[in-house]
Amino acid sequence: MTTQHIELTVNGEAREADVEPRLLLVHLLRDVFLMTGTHIGCDTSNCGACTVLVDGESAKSCTMLAVSAEGRSIKTIEGMADGANLHALQQAFWDQHGLQCGFCTPGMIMQASWLLARNPDPTDMEIREGIAGNLCRCTGYVNIVKAIEQAATELRAPASTDAPAEPAVAS
Amino acid sequence: MIPAQFDYVRPAALHEALQILVDRQGDAKILSGGYSLLPLLKLRLASPALLVDIRDIDGLDDIVETTNGLRIGGRATHRQIHENPVVIAGYPLLVDAAGGIGDPQVRNWGTIGGSCAHADPSSDWPAVLIATNASIVLHSVSGSRTVPARGFFLDTFQTAIEPTELLTEVIIPRAPRPSGAAYAKLERRAGDFATVGVAAQLSLGADGRISAAGIGLTAVAEAPFAATGAEAALVGHEPNEATFQAAGIAAAAESRPGTDSHGPIEYKRAMVKEMVVRALRSAATRAQAQR
Repeated sequence: MTTQHIELTVNGEAREADVEPRLLLVHLLRDVFLMTGTHIGCDTSNCGACTVLVDGESAKSCTMLAVSAEGRSIKTIEGMADGANLHALQQAFWDQHGLQCGFCTPGMIMQASWLLARNPDPTDMEIREGIAGNLCRCTGYVNIVKAIEQAATELRAPASTDAPAEPAVAS
Repeated sequence: MIPAQFDYVRPAALHEALQILVDRQGDAKILSGGYSLLPLLKLRLASPALLVDIRDIDGLDDIVETTNGLRIGGRATHRQIHENPVVIAGYPLLVDAAGGIGDPQVRNWGTIGGSCAHADPSSDWPAVLIATNASIVLHSVSGSRTVPARGFFLDTFQTAIEPTELLTEVIIPRAPRPSGAAYAKLERRAGDFATVGVAAQLSLGADGRISAAGIGLTAVAEAPFAATGAEAALVGHEPNEATFQAAGIAAAAESRPGTDSHGPIEYKRAMVKEMVVRALRSAATRAQAQR
């Protein structure tokens, strides 16, 4: 089987691979690039566990060919944290118990990041509609919605330019 | 699930894609957004030897209003249509339908051309194109032809597209004012395919009666179809509840649903009637607002 050479950007980093045309983007990420944060759930484009951003638009990576992603910029869950500092969405899912088993979480967070990029101040219903393509079988979604609300609030807050307040010291 | 092996090309121009379809006649399949085709490939329900990705061809996703009506490029995504200012301003039926297709990720990538070419008997766009008397533009190396939507969806997953043709555009004519149109979809779960989908368009005459009507139904026959009996029950009548009920009864009678996990035949016929009435109420309200 002939392979095709592709170049693309993953989490800001230039990557390349020789792939069969039938290779799915999710398998490129997981099996070739060994980035297993993106999960395969249903493999039928229903569950959204494999959601990543492709040129900023959320996509189910089980429903895109790796060759079709050539030249595009991919963002996965591995690209969310800044070193040891969790992204506001990751921290909010932690704080609000927005996960139980965690299987849907990478896709849920990537979809939420797409939603908040388009709509920084979504209503409860807009959040629910925004994650309608992502299934969670544990939480009943209530805490996921709370987590996305928390992250939205934090991401909307203007970044503080002041130096951190000095801790009060008893004299 | 892994698709069977295939070759992949991504031509930069329409004429290249069309020539490939000639050279590889019967072997090649067009890849647009992929949300219909890739699941088929993964389930091995289709195994084309060659995929022709039209991603890089310019001009296939334009949405422009002309004197003939609204022209939507085949590669326009459901989201592009849903958020297009011209569509929002003048084509609420399209906004209704686009916003209810699949889920956000599907709408980000799935395209109107891909959806129509795939011709799932439960998909939403065909009902819309039928109700609005739209036409579908097909290109081949020898030129282009325009097929009325009412003659395009032939059977389950079967359309009028020849193997050497590519769906480039749909054209939705401007309805004579005052007119109104709406889409009513019954879905069992959020983002599901329709159990019943109804696209309805009404125009009103100077006397306030219905002067023209289009009803497209999806998910209740082997292919989306025009409910011509319901249309006949509308034209010439006052746009009131009794008229809508009569149209709903006619549409239920001409539906050919099958029993499946969405429900038995009797239930689906009852839902056809109900959803036709709902779509007509919305369409009539919108038409009255234009008077």
